Amino acid sequence: MFYFIVKRTIISFFIMLAATTLMYFLTISSGDPFEDLGEASGPEKAATIAARTAAMNLDVPPIPRYFLWLQDVGHCLVPGGVSCTLGLDRTGAAVLPQLENAVGSTLRLVVVATVLALVLGVVVGIVTAIRQYSTFDYSVTFISFLLFSLPLFWLSTLLKQYLAIDLNTWLANPQFSYLTIALIGVVAGVIWAVVVGGDRRRRLTVFAIAAVATALALYLLLVSRWFVTPGLGLVGMLVSAAGIAVLWTALLAGFRRRRVLHAALAAAGVGFVGYLVSIPLLADTNWLIVLALVVVLAVVSYIVAGVVGGPFRAQAAKIGAVIAVSVSLLIVVDRLLQAYPTLSAKAGGRPIPTTGSQSANLAGTFWEINLDYALHLILPTIALTLISFATYTRYTRASQLDVMNQDYIRTARAKGLSERTVLVKHAFRNAMIPITTLMAFDFAGVLGGAVITEQVFGWNGMGKMFVDGIQNVDPGPVMAFFLVVGTAAVLFNMLADIAYAFLDPRITLS
Amino acid sequence: MSNHQNPRDDSRPSVELSEMTLQSQDTDIATAAPTRAQTDRIRTTEAKSQGRLIRERFFRHKGALAGIALLALIFLLAFSSIGFAGIPGWWNKDYDVLAARFNEGRPTLTLWPFSLGEHPFGQDVLGRDYFALTMRGTQTSLIIAFIVGLVAMVIGTTVGALAGYFRGWTEAFLMRITDVVITIPTVVIAAAVAGIVAKAGIIPFAVFLGIVTWTGLARLVRGEFLSLREKEFVESAKSVGASSFRIIFRHILPNTVGVIIVSTTLAISGAILLETALSYLGLGVVSPDTSLGKAINDNRSALTVRPWLFLWPGAFIIGIALAVNFIGDGLRDAFDPKQTRVKQ
Repeated sequence: MFYFIVKRTIISFFIMLAATTLMYFLTISSGDPFEDLGEASGPEKAATIAARTAAMNLDVPPIPRYFLWLQDVGHCLVPGGVSCTLGLDRTGAAVLPQLENAVGSTLRLVVVATVLALVLGVVVGIVTAIRQYSTFDYSVTFISFLLFSLPLFWLSTLLKQYLAIDLNTWLANPQFSYLTIALIGVVAGVIWAVVVGGDRRRRLTVFAIAAVATALALYLLLVSRWFVTPGLGLVGMLVSAAGIAVLWTALLAGFRRRRVLHAALAAAGVGFVGYLVSIPLLADTNWLIVLALVVVLAVVSYIVAGVVGGPFRAQAAKIGAVIAVSVSLLIVVDRLLQAYPTLSAKAGGRPIPTTGSQSANLAGTFWEINLDYALHLILPTIALTLISFATYTRYTRASQLDVMNQDYIRTARAKGLSERTVLVKHAFRNAMIPITTLMAFDFAGVLGGAVITEQVFGWNGMGKMFVDGIQNVDPGPVMAFFLVVGTAAVLFNMLADIAYAFLDPRITLS
Repeated sequence: MSNHQNPRDDSRPSVELSEMTLQSQDTDIATAAPTRAQTDRIRTTEAKSQGRLIRERFFRHKGALAGIALLALIFLLAFSSIGFAGIPGWWNKDYDVLAARFNEGRPTLTLWPFSLGEHPFGQDVLGRDYFALTMRGTQTSLIIAFIVGLVAMVIGTTVGALAGYFRGWTEAFLMRITDVVITIPTVVIAAAVAGIVAKAGIIPFAVFLGIVTWTGLARLVRGEFLSLREKEFVESAKSVGASSFRIIFRHILPNTVGVIIVSTTLAISGAILLETALSYLGLGVVSPDTSLGKAINDNRSALTVRPWLFLWPGAFIIGIALAVNFIGDGLRDAFDPKQTRVKQ
């Protein structure tokens, strides 16, 4: 393993070197760095030319110029001595500080979308594989092909125009007619019935329950003006925590072992107490305190659930920790939602922005600033998620089907394991192995795709740096962008290989 | 992967095998077994070539058939309506003729009763007929996509085949080049150079896009070659003195055709989206040529006032990409019969 990592790192280094060479010469030969000065005249023009020549080393021939750039990168790798700038852009400003600003906003964009697409895609992919050739399977197949074929910029423009503007208008006065509520209920009922499947009677039952429950919940939310002052509240938190506990237990352990269920509920109780305790703590905070809260909750739940779990200590403790992390997430979401009314007021009653990565000059608490980030993320995340989601669903489905045809699945069924155990423990784990590779590629791809995403949403990140750099024939920012994206691609490839060998013992790294 | 290396011995054991499996499955209804086995025997005596099996599997895939129909329709519409390369089409307006705007350029297409009207897709801000413009853009986008697919297929197959067959230094050299190109995201490398290449015309632009998108196929083909070169039929070809060239092209390549076709199909749908994305960034097709992406980019602020300028080219992009994706899915199912229904 160690030998493999060393070898791959050395090879990756040379690949990056070759790739930067290629990229550098493509960039500097892509146009004339003085093109925008064509119409200008007089002393200003001469001064600009002189300044640019100095900043971009244009008086040096291309090949030594590339080595000068390499030298600048080298300063960042070797500690001490000359300061690390990653070169200068054409105005003579250091590239590194610009990159540091840009990386943050681009990562927010990419990470959230990738994680969401992964979770949704895997869940839907598994369900379609289990219900192969059902109505649900066919609909999802069609939808994912449709999403697969959507140009990102086209989808984004539509989302901006229709979703954001209409949603903002609706949020100003959130009301539905009874007919709309009923229609939404019916749609939700149909979706649930198709997902759950089964015979006619079961589908009808599911449809009725889901439709009524959705319509009722929506009605209550509207009546209580939840969309104006959202949040979970004490009761909501208690119910949600218990729900999370039951869900995780159903998925990971089943209900046959009562003690495990009790342990899960105890963990949810710990989470709820944590919520109560954290109310004053989290009035205005920072990420460190939030992280500490998550860790403390996880550890306490791990212990409590382990004790309650009795004979099934190990399993109960793990589930307890998972539940605690989920409940902490819920606490964070609740906090963000509570910041909504003030932030909405600050945004002039139109809270969902269509462009940009954050509101300019926003002063507020930790939660308001992060909710502002989150609201800016809504549209790009929907667009990116929809497109990546299609890939994940297809691959997960194929992979799960492949695994379900294996002999060991038949063996597992033959020896009488419950369907849940077969699906979760024997099939799902093995089906996820190819998905790790896909995730590595997809993440690097989406990072590169930031070029388009950021252009569409007026996002001020690395993609914008790159596009501006290309248009100005300015290699500094272009190469800085490429350093990050290329390193991510190389690194994720290596991680995928390591993860592969770790998950599948038949594969050895050499 | 190695399923179709020797097409001739398909039919050999199938009769006995089907009988045996049928009987072993149906032990509890033993009386029914002989008759079913008999009918099965009559059916399986008919020999089916590998190509025919693939064709049958493909034509069972309804999505793929619908995709072919849709793609053919779009092809016909685009090339017959405004004509191509000097040959006139049935549509009487040109995409670059400015005219007075009629009813603010709204589309005159009505579905019931069906009539095209004067300007079925409306007119753009300059009064150009948008139907002709969209058709012209569709032609360009289709040509680009197919050239990209072709170029990527040729380069990817050659590189992958040479690397996988010769191993050693050839492989190390070619695969390191592939790694270098893979490291740079396609959009990025394309955006860096597309601006210049696009000015040279759509054909050089398309060839260039092909040159940057071949890497995935090269890796897949290499993988296939690595396993196939160790098979007995390659060894026997070597032993009778076949040249490397002959072994690669006559013996191994036909067995990798599935991977190549499927991957090329997906490269074509990817190329449509890549071309439109680059044109959207202003780095793609330039005037006086037009493409679907460029049409959207030119009218991107028009969504609120003239939504049809934005929606029509988008609909055609989706139509083409969707059709090609479905065809690719059908081809994958046809070439890779492993993914059949789960038996529970």
